[in-house]
Amino acid sequence: MVGIISWGSYIPRYRIKVEEIAKAQGADAVVIKESLMISEKSFPDIDEDTATMAVEAGRITLSSSAISPEDISAIYIGSESHPYAVKPTGTIVAQALGMGNGYTCADLQFACKGGTAAIQVAYYMAKAGLNVVAGAADTAQSAPGDILEYTAAAGAAMFLVGKEKVCAEIKDTVSFSSDTPDFWRKPQKKYPSHAGSFTGEPSYFRHVMSAAKMLMKKNGTVPKDYDYAVFHQPNGKFPSRVAKKLGFTEKQISDGMLVTRIGNTYSAASLLGLCAVLDIAKPGQRILLTSYGSGAGSDSFDILITENIIAAQKSRKTTQSFIEDKVYGDYLKYLKRAVR
Amino acid sequence: MAIPRIWRQIEEKYNLVGTLCKDCKKKHFPPREVCSCGCYDLEKYRFLGKGEIVTYTVIRISSEDNEDTPFRNIPYVLAIVRLDEGPSLTAQIVQCSESELMIGKKVEMVFRKLLEKGEKGVIQYGYKFRIA
Repeated sequence: MVGIISWGSYIPRYRIKVEEIAKAQGADAVVIKESLMISEKSFPDIDEDTATMAVEAGRITLSSSAISPEDISAIYIGSESHPYAVKPTGTIVAQALGMGNGYTCADLQFACKGGTAAIQVAYYMAKAGLNVVAGAADTAQSAPGDILEYTAAAGAAMFLVGKEKVCAEIKDTVSFSSDTPDFWRKPQKKYPSHAGSFTGEPSYFRHVMSAAKMLMKKNGTVPKDYDYAVFHQPNGKFPSRVAKKLGFTEKQISDGMLVTRIGNTYSAASLLGLCAVLDIAKPGQRILLTSYGSGAGSDSFDILITENIIAAQKSRKTTQSFIEDKVYGDYLKYLKRAVR
Repeated sequence: MAIPRIWRQIEEKYNLVGTLCKDCKKKHFPPREVCSCGCYDLEKYRFLGKGEIVTYTVIRISSEDNEDTPFRNIPYVLAIVRLDEGPSLTAQIVQCSESELMIGKKVEMVFRKLLEKGEKGVIQYGYKFRIA
């Protein structure tokens, strides 16, 4: 059996409310909150980045597992805010996790789905008997004044994938990808550009729906076979609508829907939703996870919770505890700390 | 700070790796070549990263350093932290308000950016502490 042995999340403590950003942008907060279905977002401190957040989440992951860090063969981190353009985030994180030197590593980038791509690589390596750390972290970029500023947030979700004491079996994974230019950032540019409403139907909805349908068709399942569904969450509206279109209920998506309270953590968004579900899931329950990365592609996973989850959930710092531990900042504090 | 020095300090800064005297069992941070008991037989020891505030100060006017840019906003908190295993060290306390600070307060290690050598330079990562 191959799957998730352990997991860990990290969300910075700072939050900014939509009202604060709307005030700075001269916009109507009520309209923004209604259209994006988001009330506040997380932002990092000045000394936090993708590497530091991945380390914090990774330390929770490994401290809750019996596997020695030196028995881990690879590390893959997906992000669109790797601290360096050239020099891997993975080696910094592996060093801080005490993985020794006998591991392979490469950083992944596929907009908001680099993290699920990392899990897929880990899944196939785990089938060959290796333990792999994989996950995502992002300090999402947004230009001051852009609509993205309301949602672009920070967070990390890391996983240990292997064959031993699996808590969440990855039964299958499929992907749906195409060349769709809906959101991009060129080298040397600080902030991403996007194609406005084109990020909706031909991009997010087409890919998420196609990947989820492909997974269910391949495995002979229907939405009611799943206890939880987690979708990439760039705002509150998109995942709610895609769930409805696919035939999932509000109840199935509510526990993994974090965007309304922490914003869009980009490559960590769907994976933090998965962490929140793993924190509370019971043996025998089934999860459908589907990410989305602009450019564009979706990875969909069929996950089955095992008996090992009961022991794994004990004394673990939960995603919910990070969501609740928050300090509000004003727009100036946000600019000083999070806008680089 | 020179690159080789940043590189040499990675274990110490990332994971609070110090030394343990095989003779008198005293633990040191930062790591030492010779124990205060005179013994040269030391081994690496990784501290758990838990401790308490011995004393602290809030820095409101920071000195400028043209070479290394530290990742911190004024005001920031510097404290002497006594690790549970014995040694004390100086470190920044992050994400806390002044009202949360108190001598004797329990703290735990976090992994943060320390400084970078200008916009083009290498980033040095390492330990800071937060209220536990």
